[in-house]
Amino acid sequence: MNVTVIRTGLSNLGSMVRALEECGAAVRVAEKAGDLDDAARVVLPGVGAFPEAMARLERDGFADALREHARRERPLLGVCLGMQLLADEGEEMGGAKGLGLVPGKVVALKVAEAGERLPHMGWNDVRPRGRSPLMRDTPDGGDFYFVHSYHFVPDDPADIAATTPYCGGFVSIVARGATFGAQFHPEKSSRAGARLLANFLAA
Amino acid sequence: MTLAARIIPCLDVKDGRVVKGVNFVDLRDAGDPAEQAAVYDAQHADEICFLDISASHEGRGTLMDVVRRTAERCFTPLTVGGGVRAVEDVRALLLAGADKAAINTAAIKTPDLIDAASAKFGAQCIVVAIDAKAVAHDRWEIFTHGGRTATGKDAVAFAIEAVERGAGELLVTSMDRDGTGAGYDIALLHAISSRVRAPVIASGGAGGLQDLVDAVKLGGASAVLAASIFHFGRHTLAEARAAMKAAGIDVRPL
Repeated sequence: MNVTVIRTGLSNLGSMVRALEECGAAVRVAEKAGDLDDAARVVLPGVGAFPEAMARLERDGFADALREHARRERPLLGVCLGMQLLADEGEEMGGAKGLGLVPGKVVALKVAEAGERLPHMGWNDVRPRGRSPLMRDTPDGGDFYFVHSYHFVPDDPADIAATTPYCGGFVSIVARGATFGAQFHPEKSSRAGARLLANFLAA
Repeated sequence: MTLAARIIPCLDVKDGRVVKGVNFVDLRDAGDPAEQAAVYDAQHADEICFLDISASHEGRGTLMDVVRRTAERCFTPLTVGGGVRAVEDVRALLLAGADKAAINTAAIKTPDLIDAASAKFGAQCIVVAIDAKAVAHDRWEIFTHGGRTATGKDAVAFAIEAVERGAGELLVTSMDRDGTGAGYDIALLHAISSRVRAPVIASGGAGGLQDLVDAVKLGGASAVLAASIFHFGRHTLAEARAAMKAAGIDVRPL
């Protein structure tokens, strides 16, 4: 299984690369947009703020390469900010356009219950909605590591593959065709995370 | 389950080596922080924390190597603090594989650093570490340099300021309790957690399992950081998790 991880500049790829390798994948790191031309599967990690990350993807040509990758219906997994970048737009820090691969927008989490704190940080439930190939055979009560202040609101409810009960409930996995996004960090989520990555590699 | 309270073993690191030894068997190199982190990872630590106390430039370089090696084998989040003085230091830690950078003295001296780092990398990876001592009833002052240098800054007021400036989390250490095993300073934790919206990590003083429970239930902490009760085998992470669960605290279902 071959998988290509995009170097986004702000994030460390060590954990993601190693986690994918643990799942049996042959991992290549894409340093430039052309590296995506023949990529079977792509992982878009992400740390940082939406506008800056998106500006980098556009500047380096990754944005168009990712759109082409998705147009060919090849599997793509966005992680954390990488998931949010799949949206049409994000409101973080004044707002910016996203990749537009999963219709929707990214907005700030808002506390809904006493005791909830922001950022949403730590291990929480991911509850599959419908048949989600990414969540296949994940451990019961599958808990995943989150660290974020914004969340993805898809336009089409059919794109919601899992939700998490925090701040009134938010979408923790989106799936549209072969394009997937996970708000949590599977590469930091121990066994459940490894299972999810293996599922993506089989997608 | 809802958001789980986190249990965070913390390792003090100097010049790339663990300062306080850990009594784990089966370690090839008991002084290697990456090795010890892997043991905690295998025990399902919710996060792992390294606090670097190296004074030298060379020591910092070694720390980066430790962080890199740890991130490559631990599939659990890693927070690294100590010696973070500039936005570039935060970047270096994140690129090496830390998920969060803890800023201590520099955040007190130059609070603008919090704004700058948070804008650059996002609040979620910026932890502000506050070392406080009680100076009067319900009043705590921030100390730096391992508790030796008074800053004149009120800990609670600075905690509020740090979150307003973009800290995603506060690591609150009682310098009165640190190393005593007498329990966390619950009043300090409560004073801060009740006034900020960001999660608070309790630190300094954990001596037993009830201390972990109290930090969450009475102190309002979202996470408990401890060193010696885990390092010296007094309690396992599983025991800590069981004690918290028995007290009605949400923990990871393992």
